[in-house]
Amino acid sequence: MSSNVYVVAAAATPVGEHFGRSLADLASEAVRAAFAAAPGLSAATVGALYVANAMGETLAGQSHLGAFLASAVGLSGVPALRVEAAGASGGVALQQAAQAILAGQCEVAVVLGAEKVTDRLEGALEAALALHADGEAEAINGLTLNAQWALLMRRYMHDYGYSADAFAPFPVNAHHNALKNPQALYRFAISADKYRKAGQIASPLNMLDCSSVADGAACVVLATEAIARELAPGPRVRLAGTAVATDHLSLAARPDPLALNAARASAHVALGRAHLGLGEVQVFELTDPHGIAAALALEAMGCYNRGEAPRHAADGALAPTGRTPIATAGGYKARGDVVGASGVYQIVELVRQLRGTAGPSQVAGARVALAQCLGGIGATAATCVLVNE
Amino acid sequence: MQIARHWRQRGARYRLEGQRHRTTGVVRFPAQTLGLGEEPNDWELVALSGRGEIYSFSVLRQPPDGYEAFAPYPVALVRLEEGPLVSAQLTDCGEADLSIGQAVEMVTRQLVDSGEDHMLVYGYKFRPVI
Repeated sequence: MSSNVYVVAAAATPVGEHFGRSLADLASEAVRAAFAAAPGLSAATVGALYVANAMGETLAGQSHLGAFLASAVGLSGVPALRVEAAGASGGVALQQAAQAILAGQCEVAVVLGAEKVTDRLEGALEAALALHADGEAEAINGLTLNAQWALLMRRYMHDYGYSADAFAPFPVNAHHNALKNPQALYRFAISADKYRKAGQIASPLNMLDCSSVADGAACVVLATEAIARELAPGPRVRLAGTAVATDHLSLAARPDPLALNAARASAHVALGRAHLGLGEVQVFELTDPHGIAAALALEAMGCYNRGEAPRHAADGALAPTGRTPIATAGGYKARGDVVGASGVYQIVELVRQLRGTAGPSQVAGARVALAQCLGGIGATAATCVLVNE
Repeated sequence: MQIARHWRQRGARYRLEGQRHRTTGVVRFPAQTLGLGEEPNDWELVALSGRGEIYSFSVLRQPPDGYEAFAPYPVALVRLEEGPLVSAQLTDCGEADLSIGQAVEMVTRQLVDSGEDHMLVYGYKFRPVI
């Protein structure tokens, strides 16, 4: 189903350690910023609120986030629910909101990604994230998400003959782009040399190849074509296709752990629904907490043959001027990893790209964009294709 | 307290108990719930040998709560000789001792001290074959 759902507003808070602000504070700021950017948009038209959040119970001490955040942002009374699909929560919530509009249940739907993670120390964070993989097969054995990506990276290096240094272009590109994003967690550049010297987190993943999980909220407002036309006479951003796919949570249960099959399937179906080919996508937002994650996603989608993504990354393919620009706002690595809210942050960035307001990281003439967020090690994949028209 | 939760895992944790398909001979680990289209008699329980080789490994230095005492610790995906992969910690070795393809065997070790519950959870880890 190619859809006539439009993004009519998008905004986010800076990603950071917001010690002075709560989950509700961050949610309120993001929603107010989105509505402030679309002056003709009335809160009274909102027919549904979809909250994307993965860590409410484990780190923020709050569940029942649909009604809780509806109240916090001034939408009390509106049908509201929370979508939890680990790191893919944002992309799945976006699809649910689009489907509500397509089904005629509402004309305007708000997608709100919000995470509050820094009230707890690192050990609690690692334990909570580990539950995004299989609790009995993996987490009980002390495996964290970082460790699982590290296992894939080591095997990938072994199969395709790379050293860890081959993954440096991913964080180098992310940090370079974040330098120009005032909302990014890490606004500094890094070099391949600094990458080589960084301490190990979960070998072969080092500190400069691991994202930091931080607080933030992002809001995207979706609407029918009629409302989008009323709000903006000029070019509009259409949500052309969305798709969600799943895989086994446990890496051990997958026939080929290096194949992110849900990432492949969701991208394929979303592009099909949008009536677009992969080659038409000009800018990507991916789940890229580590270089290996972005490499496997690019290969799963079909951008590059297996084993070749790092080679293309070394040739400049990831930059805004490259063949597959990613992390134009810093990605998970440098903008910051906002877990369940990440999928909504991705849309905020791609809307900037499609509107031509992305500043120094603008991909020239971007008209088609693709966002993909993964939950766990790609056990849920949600892909969204956006078109400027 | 999660005593029952850990007790339910006793077959997999202590005996590396998986399932073998009665027709195809395919082995899977751990034992799975019945999916749509499967019949209860399709699979039989089988204790695996515990022998295998390292598919990949990592040494983890940022542990989750409850695992601090073990850190840094090596973890691995192990390809068991019956076919399935299993995620586990490695033990009785250092990072320099490890390589992909290396032969390992299962041993029973403490997985975690569940803290205030004073419950010591035991299960499988793997060590290089001497």
